[in-house]
Amino acid sequence: MKIELTRQKVHNEFAKKVELISGQNLFACYQCGNCTAGCPVAFAMEVGPHEVIRYTLLGLEEEALGVNTFWLCASCLQCTSRCPKGIDIARVMDALRMVVLRKKERKDHIQIPEFPEGFLEKVPQIAFVSGFRKFLS
Amino acid sequence: MAGGDKGEGKVIAELDMDYLYFPGCTLYTKAKNFDQTARNCSLLLGFELKELKDWTCCGATFPLATDNIMALLPPSRILAKAREEGTALTTLCAICFNVIKRTNRLIQEDGEKRDKINSFIEKNYQGDLQILHYLEILKREIGFPQLKEKVKKPLAGLKTAAYYGCMLLRPFEEMGFDDKEKPTLFEDFLEALGAKATEFPYKIECCGSFQSVGSPDVATECAYRILGSAIKNGAEAMVSTCPMCTFNIDHKQSDIKQKYLDFKPIPVFYFTQLLGISMGLDYQTLGFEQNAVDPLPLLKEKGLL
Amino acid sequence: MGDNGGFIKKAMVIGGGIAGISASIDLGNGGYEVVLVERLPSIGGRMLQLSETFPTLDCAQCTLTPKTVETGQHPKIKLLTYSEVEQVEGKAGNFVVTIRKKAGYVDWEKCTGCGLCQQKCPSKSPSEFDRGMGLEKAIYTLSPQAVPNKPVINPSHCRYFKEKKCRVCEKICPVGAIDYEQQDRFVKENVGAIITAVGFDLIPKESFGEYGYGEVPDVIDGLAFERLNSASGPTTGEIRRPSDGKIPKEVVFIQCTGSRDPERYMPYCSRVCCMYTAKHARLYKHKVHDGQAYIFYMDIRSTGKGYEEFIQQGMEEEGILYLRGRVSRIFRDGEKVIVWGVDTLTGKKVEVAADMVVLATAIVSQKNTKDLAGRLGIKTDDYGFLTEAERKLRPVETDVEGIYIAGCAQGPKDIADAVAHANAAASKVQGLFAKHS
Repeated sequence: MKIELTRQKVHNEFAKKVELISGQNLFACYQCGNCTAGCPVAFAMEVGPHEVIRYTLLGLEEEALGVNTFWLCASCLQCTSRCPKGIDIARVMDALRMVVLRKKERKDHIQIPEFPEGFLEKVPQIAFVSGFRKFLS
Repeated sequence: MAGGDKGEGKVIAELDMDYLYFPGCTLYTKAKNFDQTARNCSLLLGFELKELKDWTCCGATFPLATDNIMALLPPSRILAKAREEGTALTTLCAICFNVIKRTNRLIQEDGEKRDKINSFIEKNYQGDLQILHYLEILKREIGFPQLKEKVKKPLAGLKTAAYYGCMLLRPFEEMGFDDKEKPTLFEDFLEALGAKATEFPYKIECCGSFQSVGSPDVATECAYRILGSAIKNGAEAMVSTCPMCTFNIDHKQSDIKQKYLDFKPIPVFYFTQLLGISMGLDYQTLGFEQNAVDPLPLLKEKGLL
Repeated sequence: MGDNGGFIKKAMVIGGGIAGISASIDLGNGGYEVVLVERLPSIGGRMLQLSETFPTLDCAQCTLTPKTVETGQHPKIKLLTYSEVEQVEGKAGNFVVTIRKKAGYVDWEKCTGCGLCQQKCPSKSPSEFDRGMGLEKAIYTLSPQAVPNKPVINPSHCRYFKEKKCRVCEKICPVGAIDYEQQDRFVKENVGAIITAVGFDLIPKESFGEYGYGEVPDVIDGLAFERLNSASGPTTGEIRRPSDGKIPKEVVFIQCTGSRDPERYMPYCSRVCCMYTAKHARLYKHKVHDGQAYIFYMDIRSTGKGYEEFIQQGMEEEGILYLRGRVSRIFRDGEKVIVWGVDTLTGKKVEVAADMVVLATAIVSQKNTKDLAGRLGIKTDDYGFLTEAERKLRPVETDVEGIYIAGCAQGPKDIADAVAHANAAASKVQGLFAKHS
């Protein structure tokens, strides 16, 4: 669990990409955890949003992208509305999604063929339109 | 023109504004009851919802990636076209409201993106359309005291929990709908209808939204917590203004029941359905067939049918 | 009264808290006349509201009262309490200050401080001194040891002023000191130097929507906790929660409430909350042995002498649980107050069903500081704190010669630093006076 930090590693290309897509300054985060404390789906996350931001800042791309945190984000904006440093955490979560979905491999997070029987008919289109935007590459 | 009871033909207090109306894809289909009841009630209240001539889905989510301009095109087109037809646009679905209003703000503030969008959609929209949620029309243009006077059948004894969800309220700087920590607009509306509004702490917590597609179990849990909190505080019915929320807290009650065996179902109304009852509309025109949890037993019990 | 061109070696101190008192005593002992102006009916300031002080856990009143008494009895110090500075003209060596002596509706020349009026007054209203948790009479002194120990009537609580009824105090007063017709009076003082030591306030807990907008009764602020813990307070020192008087067994303390929060509230650190929260938790544990104290913090700032040891002792000896993380939301659920926080050290979301929550709310300037600064011709910063002449090297002077600042009016600080600051200001005044014959 040891990491070696160098100036190249901190705030590396991965972190810069996340900042660019989200438009947020990750250095502003002082890890207060308010986002995690108020997140309605954090109970199901492997690590809270504040931790993923920490991984990103330290340039730990594999760790940051390897957790389910940002996939579970419902973009409810509760974190954003309460961040004392004014960071739009929901944008950071979406940026992490985009980083994965835009990779060359084009791996979708959900697989439509795997939907249960009748799912497509039952669920309203509003859920599919927003869901597909968040989960499909 | 929408069918249904016009209330003894008495259209009260003509407003000089008919509102341009964006229904959104789900209100056209799975949440048709929401759309229909809203139209019927408007007529009783003296205004008409004039559906936009030509519209598409708004995209159902405001793009949070700053470089995603494609996702801004559908709502921008809606705004531009609406502006060609009038100066104010209203909607019922909280998500549509959020997407359209946030896009409008972005167009107002980001000149570079505005130009790019306009050149792509071949319009010249400058961000000067007023966006109003239907509840804002009821509050600001009609006024809740005046609304109360028009109530024929007060929803006496009906303990309703107003579920705001997220998209109406956040981000507050852009939505400006109501206080994001302690909103009261919806409760004031319910009290004007004669119902008893139940306060509950989860009224501003997320229903899980599109996670009903991504991680359905998580959405089920979110819904359970919201309903549990409302029921614990004495609610007999939930009131919603979003087909996404309604899917999660109404239709997914069957999923909740599978996990939490002693969960007792509770009906979820669109606020316009309750408005319709209070305005004296025939309950058979209120689209209760589309509600997942049947609200008729409760309404019957309260003498509201 | 000085001659034209004569330099008056008399000082005015505005504010009778520990800083104002310390400066006044220093100047008085230095042989100079001092006029001490205080807007409340008696001197003592915030320390009057405290129960015990860190890091020694000395009784605040036991430390303060000798000072207030010394000030009240000092031959060189003239006390003008229940008074405010109305206007300031002139310059160093010859300031002409107009002071409004507010009508207290009691003739202090006649009043003997017997206290009968307070005993018999039938009107009880929420006391600002007790942060809304206790009741005070319409005719009141701030504490049993008030200096001066003479009451005033608050017309907005008084039955006579509101409804023309009652008048019990007038009937009961053995020396006929009650005077409902009293008016504000204006006096002028000529002084050579002014020290502004008007103290601080706390950001109201009603500011925090996510914490209930002040409507959850068992969510209180730090000063309110001090009142609960005080023998002279609304619960005679027993830690009982405001809603039902029960003794809380699960108490959550939240640091940085409104501080270090540039997006929503104050961007700065309020400097004293880490220490006083630890103090509160320790005092709570001293009285409620089977209770658990939780402190949500972001950092621990314990920079003074003995401070770090004080914090560590609290953890080790009292079993106070420090949770590193903020609290996103607080709401009432039945008899409990639900706290949604996080422990970033384990990464876990934390929920506590608390009996009582104490918010360490941000220190802000008193609401009339900016106005007063305007009258004095000195500057305040974006947050209403008085601006020093130079941030590092001239901490008690202002841009205006002869006007000095002391204590929390310049910025949040603890008692020891406020006293040092005040001593420095007094020293500067004496230096100024020494330069002129």
